[in-house]
Amino acid sequence: MRRNLITAVLYTVVTTVIFGLIYPLVVTGLAQLLFHDKANGQLIYKDGQLVGSRIIGQPFSAPQYFHSRPSAAGNGYDAANSGGSNYAPTNKKLIDRVAGDVAALQVDHPGQDVPIDLVTASGSGLDPDITPAAAEFQVARVARERHLSEDAVRRLISEHTNGRQLGFLGEPRVNVLLLNMDLDQASAAH
Amino acid sequence: MTANGWFQVFFFFALVLLCAKPLGAYMARVFERERTWADGIFRPIERFVYRITGIDETREMAWTEYAVVMLLFSVVTMLATYAIERLQHILPLNPQHLAAVAPDLALNTAASFTTNTNWQSYVPETTMSYLTQMLTLAFHNFFSAAVGMALVVALIRGISRRESKTLGNFWVDTTRACLWVLLPACVVYALLLVSQGTVQNFRPYDQAKLVQSQTVTTTGTDGKTATQTVTTQNIAQGPTASQEAIKMLGTNGGGFFNGNSAHPFENPTPLTNLMQMFSIFVIPAALTVTLGRMTRAPKHGWAVFAAMAALFFVGVFVAYYAEAQPNPLLHSVDQHVAATQAGGNMEGKEVRFGIANSALFATVTTDASCGAVNSMHDSFMPLGGLVPMVNIMLGEVIFGGVGAGLYGMLIFVVLAVFIAGLMVGRTPEYLGKKIESYDVKMAMLYVLIFPLSILGFSAVALMMPQLGLASLANSGPHGLSEILYAYTSATGNNGSAFGGLSANTHWYNLSLAAAMLIGRFLMIVPMLAIAGNLARKKLVPPSPGTFPVHTPLFTVLLVGVILIVGALTFFPALSLGPILEHLLMQAGKSF
Repeated sequence: MRRNLITAVLYTVVTTVIFGLIYPLVVTGLAQLLFHDKANGQLIYKDGQLVGSRIIGQPFSAPQYFHSRPSAAGNGYDAANSGGSNYAPTNKKLIDRVAGDVAALQVDHPGQDVPIDLVTASGSGLDPDITPAAAEFQVARVARERHLSEDAVRRLISEHTNGRQLGFLGEPRVNVLLLNMDLDQASAAH
Repeated sequence: MTANGWFQVFFFFALVLLCAKPLGAYMARVFERERTWADGIFRPIERFVYRITGIDETREMAWTEYAVVMLLFSVVTMLATYAIERLQHILPLNPQHLAAVAPDLALNTAASFTTNTNWQSYVPETTMSYLTQMLTLAFHNFFSAAVGMALVVALIRGISRRESKTLGNFWVDTTRACLWVLLPACVVYALLLVSQGTVQNFRPYDQAKLVQSQTVTTTGTDGKTATQTVTTQNIAQGPTASQEAIKMLGTNGGGFFNGNSAHPFENPTPLTNLMQMFSIFVIPAALTVTLGRMTRAPKHGWAVFAAMAALFFVGVFVAYYAEAQPNPLLHSVDQHVAATQAGGNMEGKEVRFGIANSALFATVTTDASCGAVNSMHDSFMPLGGLVPMVNIMLGEVIFGGVGAGLYGMLIFVVLAVFIAGLMVGRTPEYLGKKIESYDVKMAMLYVLIFPLSILGFSAVALMMPQLGLASLANSGPHGLSEILYAYTSATGNNGSAFGGLSANTHWYNLSLAAAMLIGRFLMIVPMLAIAGNLARKKLVPPSPGTFPVHTPLFTVLLVGVILIVGALTFFPALSLGPILEHLLMQAGKSF
């Protein structure tokens, strides 16, 4: 028993060094060498200022921007406090929140049913994407606010639309942050 | 439901099926200590480990010693984890200067990761330093999985050996599982994840300037509302990919971030999502082949595989169907499936995964004892959330956890041949071993401890408004589901949650820790007792009365036993939770 206990302690120490230290350090070294940008979170800098990550969503509420999905991460899109709402489908808070968001969106789009992803919170609270349906829903508003043609806005959307990966994996999606940053650029050039 | 969605389900499963045989055969060689391609690399490391720890690799252990050593190792690693959590504020690699973890939370987490559960009562990015995650949580991800594999190999040896007192050496089996199977796979897998966008660094959290600053209204605890302008976004970083790889491959499931596999830094693309689901299933599926090889009854291994596959497809169908339905309580929203959107119930789901991949992931992660989530189970439709809960309640034997799934399944196999024996009035046999009263008693003990912990703890939590009910995020029948899910997940060592439950309280931290320890160790001991008892028996040559364990009839009987045991035990509780919620939702009722 005592010998087994000593073995257990020694074994824990040795294997902690191998699997708890050497393994992650080797992977970090290789990752930084081979995939430097991806390993560091695909950060975007604008004029030397960090403005976000290409794969982490940000909140947008102004009419000239495409809106992201609602977020339950902290006060919204808090990338140091991720998570979902965890509302049950029968929870009144969910039903009220959706109704409120739908009413706000329908001010600009009277009578139109709102694509479901635009009024539901993602699991991470950091979803960088909306569906092509949710982007299309907002085209008229953004074009009007920015004095751009709807076709020009649609062209930008298609530039930031990712189809299914390898042709069949996942779902088509539009990256909201990258789309909005390009919109800002297009408006500045306009 | 869409054709593309089903294509993805079948593609995933075909991939698992394809890899099960070569990996299973390889693992059989590893545990039989035959030559493999990797010996040149890992044999020196293995010998080095044995030399400094004083392990005699040639010495075999009886089942009792195997159990004692396993328990000792678990206690030592659990205490080490507790200590590091409590001391993380004075240890290095803590760029956010996170404080020491509170005692009850540290205990809960140590129990959780030691038992392969990975239940998380905490938000990792605001609680655990990089060092704590690497040194203790990722470490347990390797070893709780390796211990599971060692245990199932011991059981398989018990089945295949005759008149033997021993089951192998715990240290050797664990070490070989880690070095030959988990480590090489994880290095490659982690780099594949990084190539897709999973982060791997030691940066302090980055502070980005928001493109559009936000005005946020918050309500304080005193009920007053405050308005503030948010101009920055803090982006949590860390050595994620190395932990993500073993989190999935070892069916652990504890997220590096709170968003778990929904977080873009853990699971950035649909391809990583496919890899993650594949890596949950591949070792448990391959172990059925290992079973067939080591018992020299390959067809029996496939018959067990078939039972698992059948139950898996039922689960996927129900979950996918339920989640693709519109929520009848929401109005003026477009929930229809179209080329431009997945439709269905999108609360708690990511756009890149949509409905099919979220429902599939939820099924896979609870069939196995993984518990990673790429969508929030608490926000699933009532019947969609029923599937993960039922999967765990069936004992996580549908492929199941690494090792734990198969030894759980083999307990049901013992019960199935026992029932078959009763039906024809003969002493039941399993692969040439007589199944006698001691074996069946131990199997029943294994089967009964599980619901006793789940239903017992749930009942106590429900009776105590201050302790149990105060943590609920949803009311009505869904509140019952939240509590039931928590103890099911803990006892089943799954770790997924109906996450609305605020589990970081003294009551939940301590009671869930107890459930996790019961669900792991109290169930392992009777399982090893069966292994030890089977190993001692003589081989009985098959006779015309022997019930064959490699036929479709056996598969059907096995599935039947699993479903009957599960349904008889849990149906009443489920009918008051998800099933009642479904009916009330259809009637237009909200809570």
